[in-house]
Parts: sequence; C-alpha cells; structure tokens
Amino acid sequence: MSDAEVTVKSATRVNDELLSSLRPPTLAWYLLAFFLGVVVACGLAAFTWQMMNGMYVTGKNRPVMWGFYITGFVFWVGLSHSGTMVSSILRLSRANWRRPILRAAEAMTVFSITVAGLFPLIHLGRNWTFFYMIPYPNQRGLWPNFRSPLLWDMTAITAYIIGSSLFLYLGLLPDLAVVRDRTTGWRHKMYAVLAMGWRGSAHEWSVYHKASTLMAALIIPVAVSVHSIVAWDFAVTVVPGWHSTIFPPYFVIGAILSGVAAVITLMITIRKVFHLEDYLTPLHFDNMGKLLLVISLLWTYAYFVEVQITWYAHEPIEWEVFSFLSSRYTPQLLIMLVGNSLLPIIFLCFKKLRRSIGVMLVVSLWVNVAMFIERFLIIVPTLSHKNMPFAWGSYSPSLVETLVNLGALAGFVLLFILFAKFFPIVAISDVRELDVRKAEVPMGRTRVPSIAEKE
Amino acid sequence: MEKQTSPYKWGMVIDLDRCTGCGACVVACQAENNVGICEKKEISEGRNMHWLRIERFWLGEYPDVRVRFLPVMCQHCHDAPCEPVCPVYASYHNPDGLNGQVYVRCVGTRYCGNNCPYAVRVFNFYPHEWPKPLDNQLSPDVTVRSRGVMEKCSFCIQRIRRAKEEATAEGRLVRDGEVQPACAQTCPSEAMTFGNLADLRSRAARLARSPRRFHLLEHLGTHPSVIYLKGGGREHV
Repeated sequence: MSDAEVTVKSATRVNDELLSSLRPPTLAWYLLAFFLGVVVACGLAAFTWQMMNGMYVTGKNRPVMWGFYITGFVFWVGLSHSGTMVSSILRLSRANWRRPILRAAEAMTVFSITVAGLFPLIHLGRNWTFFYMIPYPNQRGLWPNFRSPLLWDMTAITAYIIGSSLFLYLGLLPDLAVVRDRTTGWRHKMYAVLAMGWRGSAHEWSVYHKASTLMAALIIPVAVSVHSIVAWDFAVTVVPGWHSTIFPPYFVIGAILSGVAAVITLMITIRKVFHLEDYLTPLHFDNMGKLLLVISLLWTYAYFVEVQITWYAHEPIEWEVFSFLSSRYTPQLLIMLVGNSLLPIIFLCFKKLRRSIGVMLVVSLWVNVAMFIERFLIIVPTLSHKNMPFAWGSYSPSLVETLVNLGALAGFVLLFILFAKFFPIVAISDVRELDVRKAEVPMGRTRVPSIAEKE
Repeated sequence: MEKQTSPYKWGMVIDLDRCTGCGACVVACQAENNVGICEKKEISEGRNMHWLRIERFWLGEYPDVRVRFLPVMCQHCHDAPCEPVCPVYASYHNPDGLNGQVYVRCVGTRYCGNNCPYAVRVFNFYPHEWPKPLDNQLSPDVTVRSRGVMEKCSFCIQRIRRAKEEATAEGRLVRDGEVQPACAQTCPSEAMTFGNLADLRSRAARLARSPRRFHLLEHLGTHPSVIYLKGGGREHV
C-alpha cells in the first residue's frame, strides 16, 4: 500500500501530528473566525429585518411562494449525507482508506443538518409561531397534521440530528480520552467529562466496535429516509414538474453526490491547513474520486430518466415547466449539467486527474455549486409556471434571502472550525487501529499480522 | 369523496356565457371580506390580495378580436390539495363541503399556496392598513388578517353562518337563495349562482346539471364545488 510509511511512525508521533489541530489558535484562525462571525451576524440581521417587516423583503410572490430558503434547506440536507456515505457505508464495507476522513465527514453531517433545520423556520411567515408544528400536549388543544410532509420533514430531521450527533460522539470517545490524557487545567476537566471515563480496556473496545458498527448500520436508513422525505415535500404535491415518482431516489443520489463532493473539498482544506499530507494521500483522493464518479453517473442517469419521460409523454403543462426552465434559466442549467455530469464523468475517469489535488478541488466545488442550482431549478421554475397560465410569475432572490443563505454558509464553516479547534479532526484511534492491524509481529521463524482480520 | 354528514354542500355555478368581465365581483369581495388594500407596487410584484380574479383571454386577430373572461376564486375542492399539506390544520375541510382557513392557526409555510393548482391562495406578504375613513368599512364579522398568514375565498362563510343560525332558530333548513356570497349578490348579469348542491331542487343544483358544465382542471380529480357553464360556438364567445 502506498501509505505504508505511516506504519513507521511511532504511536506518540501519530498522536502528536493528529492532535496538532488542537494547539492554541493562530492569528489567521482568529481572523477567519471573526470574518465568519461578521457574515453570520449579517445573516442574522437580515433575518431579523425580515421578521420585523414581513415576507415582502424576500423575492417571493404568488405563485412562487418558495424560493432561496427552501433551496438552501434542500441543499444543506443533501450535504449532510456526506457523513453517512463516507463514514457508515465505508465502515461497513471495511474500506480502510476511510479512516482519516470519517471524523470530518461525520462532523460535517451534524453541522449541515443543523444549518438545514433552520431554514424551514426562517421561511415561515410567522416565525414566532413555529411551535404550533411541534407535537406536544398543549393548551390550544391542537395537534399537528401528520398527513403533511412538513411534519415528516421535522420528524426525520430531528431523528437525523440526534442520530448523527450520537454517531459523531461515539466515534470521538477514544480520541477524547487521548486528548484528556495530554491536556491540563480546564481543558483536562472538559475532556475528562466528555470522555466518560474511557480507559481503553479490551471490554470497552469490544463494546465500542459493536456499537459503532450498529450505529453505522442504523444511520443509513435514517439518512435515506431524510432525503426521501425532503423529496416527498415536492413529489406528493399536484404541481406539474414536482409530482414525479423518481424524486425520492433522485434526491438521495443528489444528496450523496453533494455530500461526497463536500467531503473531498473538506479533505483538501484539512490536508492543507493542518499539514496532514502523510495521512490524506493521493490514494484517498483516488478512491473518493471513484466514488464521486459512480454517484455522478447515477445522478446523470436519474436526471436523464426524469427529463426523458417528461419529454416523451409531452404532457402540455409539465412540458411547459421544462421549456420555461431551459429558456429562462439556460446558463444555470448549463452550469448544473457541466458540474454534475460532464466534468466529474470526464475528469474522474483518469487516475492522474483523480490524484491531482487541484483538479479534485475544482470538480468538488463545482459539483456543489451545481447542486445548489439543481435545487433552485427544481423549486422555482416549477412554481413560476403552474397549471393556470393567467397566474404565471417569476422569482429572483432578494438581498435578504441571499444574506441569510451566505450567513448559513458562514455559520456552517464557523461551527466546523470551532469543532476542529476543540476536537481531533482526524480519528486518531481509527488511524492507529489500522497501523496496528497492518503491523507484523515475529512469531517463531515467521512474521504474522498482529491482528487477524475479523470476518 | 367523503360521506355527506351535513344537509348542505355549498357550491357555485358560474355561467361564462353571461360574464361580462366587469369586475364588480372582485370589488364586492374586497369590501365584504376585509381584503387588504394593495398599493401599485404590491400588485406589480405579484402580491395582490384579491380572493377573486377575473382571468382575461384575448382570441383572434384585429379587427376580429374577442375576449373571454374567467372568474376564478377558491374552488372549495372536495379533494383539496391544499388541505393535507398544511402542518398545523390551518387549512381544513368542513362538513358543509367548504374549504376552511384558520388564520390564527396559520404559521405561514405557504405550502398550501404552492399546492393549489388554481393559484387562488393569497399570502399576506405586507402588513395591511386601512387609512382613516376606510377603517369604518371593515366588517366586524370577518377577521382582519395579520402579515405572514395565508388567506383565500371562504364563500363568505360569515353570511352562511348567519343564515344557518337564523334557520336553526326557526327550526328549518336554509332556504334556496337565502344566502349568497358578495360576488354572486353583486354580479349585474347574474352569472354567479350560489346554493346548496345537496338539495337537488336548488337553483344552483339545477344549473349544475346543465350540459354546458365543466370544472377547472378537472383532470386533477380535485372535485371542485365551483361549476362553470360554457356553450360552444362563436355566438357564445
């Protein structure tokens, strides 16, 4: 294996290198955090402005009653599928190259689903009455309507936030213990509480392995259900262009596409910032590139099927939506198709390009821009040209909506850099476990693997 | 369709061969239901509050131009797409076949507005005010809606309620023609007929059996309570 040199490093050195991200922040970190904080504050100010004045500060109207907020919502829910895909599926399939990436992917899941969960609340006409949607016994004598996909959404997202947080925390436990043993003062106390008395006994490891495999298996159906339900928000309506049976699988594939691309972007950033060139090698990018290629092919297939069936049926109202989309939003459509299909499929077929960090950065960023556009193109053109031609309209996002979306992006990055400062961003125990597994020990005249691979 | 649990099934028949597109119904509706007064800016942004709109379609080339009018309000569907999607039951179906909207319950997800194929649901994007003399015109029977909630045609439910109360007090059912919404009352060409479709002898039910009948977007299977009449041939255009 090409990452064989990792095995040469001593355990202490591995710990040192992987925990370097926890050192006191540099000036650059403070500047970045300050900048992100300012953007988040702008987003909050924009939201407050909207709450004080009314929904007219957005670009929405009749008939386009959903716009940038729901686009953002679907986008961030999609992004949250990174952790599940990279961490759970690769854990279950015993892909060892996942080890340095999984922590970042899981953290990204938690933060992006948190950000996503804010959008449905931001977009309400009366945000202050959001608790009407929460099912609890109340003096109003009202119960929310569980026939509504929005309630399914809320249930699924809450389940996913809880599940993915537990998944992240479970994986963190042994690493928190490592950090606990290497810190002093208040930090030591904090990590001691968080590590929950982890000692690293054989019994603890055995329970830990069972629990993480179980969590990995359990989080996958939750993730699939979350994005299927988001798709049902659209698919169960009678709106032409939304009412489509392919939406749930298509949305899940799109979610995994943006999730995997975001993990690649994140890997490149972490590698650069924390100098983890030894741990995130071109091999990892090669494998992630293959994954992205497969998902991109799947996405292309799903998109083709959706458009082809509509074109073949040529149902007038539905076809009107598609023709309006392609004439009014031609540049956006092209950016989307290049970013989601053409670019990944052509570039990622070549090993040389998959192993090039620059190429991977461009491809992964473009995929996510394209995925944001894809969500926009699903929501807005469809609503603009619904069944009654007399009531057709158009939509362009207002400054307030744009600021809230930028604030959400900055908030996500801010949460992430804070997390990276306080918690090990590379899973130390998983990386070291691989080293131990790969190390060979002398036994008699021969050398055998230190741990037999469990099957 | 649900089982009939009430002696009433309110419906309206709109004879398009009679409609002149004068717009009196739009004004009457605005006055009756405390519909917000919109400025020019609001309307140009596509945020007008009309519960009832007259769709106008031009046919033919100059000089042989004809115009068709289509008054569209909430169709009070019996299988309404707006009802199941509301997370808080602000949009609900009442036993009389009306499609209700509870303003105080509405949180403003606007999902119903997206799912309404007729695009008749209007959202309070702006807070609305009634400048000084106009506030005297506000009807005490109708809630004044705050910004951030969805509203729509109610078939003047306040009038229906009053008629039902009077009828109950006298121990009878509401008589045909005893109640009608503001639009039907105002229509100078009597294109709109409101009545109880469950009573087969009512004027509305008799008109609804006309061979000229059709529903808007009938293929969607929403089973609207509004029935349109339209004859064929050029003389009817």
